[in-house]
Amino acid sequence: MQVPTHVEYERASSVDEALEMLSRAGGEARPLAGGHSLIPMMKLRLAQPELLVDISGLTELSYINVADAELRVGALTRHAQLLDSAVAGERLPIVHDAERVIADPIVRNWGTIGGSLCQADPSEDLSAVLAALRATAVIRGAGGVRTVPAREFHAGPYETVVEPGELLVELRIPLTANTGSAYEKVERRVGDWSVAAAGAVLTLAGELIEDAGIGLTAVGAPHFCAPEAEEFLRGRRAGEEAFTTAGQIAAEHSNPVADQRGPEDYKRHLAAELTTRALRKAFERA
Amino acid sequence: MRVTLTVNGSQRTADDVWEGESLLFVLRERLALPGSKNACEQGECGSCTVLLDDVPVCACLVAAGQAAHRRVVTVEGLAPRGELGPVQQAFLEAGAVQCGFCTPGLIVQVHDLLRRTAGAGLPPPGDADIREALAGNLCRCTGYEKILDAVRLAASRLPVMP
Ligand SMILES: Cc1cc2nc3c(=O)[nH]c(=O)nc-3n(C[C@H](O)[C@H](O)[C@H](O)COP(=O)(O)OP(=O)(O)OC[C@H]3O[C@@H](n4cnc5c(N)ncnc54)[C@H](O)[C@@H]3O)c2cc1C
Ligand code: FES
Ligand code: FES
Repeated sequence: MQVPTHVEYERASSVDEALEMLSRAGGEARPLAGGHSLIPMMKLRLAQPELLVDISGLTELSYINVADAELRVGALTRHAQLLDSAVAGERLPIVHDAERVIADPIVRNWGTIGGSLCQADPSEDLSAVLAALRATAVIRGAGGVRTVPAREFHAGPYETVVEPGELLVELRIPLTANTGSAYEKVERRVGDWSVAAAGAVLTLAGELIEDAGIGLTAVGAPHFCAPEAEEFLRGRRAGEEAFTTAGQIAAEHSNPVADQRGPEDYKRHLAAELTTRALRKAFERA
Repeated sequence: MRVTLTVNGSQRTADDVWEGESLLFVLRERLALPGSKNACEQGECGSCTVLLDDVPVCACLVAAGQAAHRRVVTVEGLAPRGELGPVQQAFLEAGAVQCGFCTPGLIVQVHDLLRRTAGAGLPPPGDADIREALAGNLCRCTGYEKILDAVRLAASRLPVMP
């Protein structure tokens, strides 16, 4: 049996109580959402928190709704709920593309959106998706609520700007007209983490690209996005030529590292090809 | 700590539960329910699948405390009077079991799939739906063909399920 080292456990019955428990314990406490990233890490001794503050029962953080032209997703929403959401599927196909290939149905039943983002694994699919969509993270602490753009949420691998004593409570995704989106992932087998993946969001004005968002997974792109490729696309005529060049630019600015999932040049090739494919599909859907 | 939960319809209490323990450990080692198997213990293989408040989850990655005051159904609960349930019977007849280590997780997951489809009066799941539903249940022996046969067989003769 794989068992973690000694840890204390407390179950929070409200967000306020969770925040209080977390700040009382200081930096050695960790929120426990689905536990599907934290518990495996604890079993392997890669994480050794002293206190788990169980937030998995906080139904107040489990919702998907639309307000002010944004999709608002509570941090404790499960992957399966996001995949079931008709409004997410219709307005944000990139989210459903990604959710379909995150792990498997059983893991998706219990893993949460907030946990996924806070884990900040460089291979986490939703980080790139939310970067492409220019979403906003809502963070709550004892001092109140603050918002952080998804593109500033990660402070490095496995690190976010969420401070000890704070909780990610909501994600806000803009719902923009004349927009299409898509996510393309290559994995070694069904349910595995990405070898590489790319997401694209295109807003059109007639035949021209008014705005573009590109997210990249597992290829060492700073903040999971490709601003140089986005800049290249803005104002250009949408089409194969633009999408191919944008893919190349995205690949040039990524920094993949070789690991058991593939060598560097292959991942860079995927960054280009998957960006182009995602742009093509986003265009078709716009 | 003490954890009270409903397992297979009965209220059960486990004492001296250690805070870092998984629901799987509680079921197997404290409540004498060894049906759910521990294999990878990392969420990869699905052999520990149980229903938690009617939803299939990897019991190896649910902390014991998280299951407190919730309803758990293990593979044992799907054969309540010692009689095989329709999914188990189909696995037996189709020869979908070799070493059997993956079987309890598969039975729970297939039970859930059929409860949501054929068992709810909807059309039986197609092959693509079955493959997707079972994507988190690894089997190293059968090559999956017989498992697919078993699911189709169970779906074809399902009465409406509880
Ligand atoms: C077998 C397997 C395969 C997987 N494959 C993929 C994949 O292909 N792609 C992918 O993207 N992911 C994959 N995952 C990861 C999965 O998406 C995450 O495990 C899961 O969604 C994390 O959510 P959680 O609720 O379980 O987080 P937890 O494990 O509970 O938490 C993760 C981290 O975030 C912190 N945290 C959680 N919630 C909050 C919050 N609200 N505020 C502040 N901090 C918080 C925790 O303290 C912890 O440090 C896989 C996981 C498994 C087990
Ligand atoms: S033992 Fe739980 S998924 Fe493998
Ligand atoms: S029968 Fe042996 S693992 Fe499936």
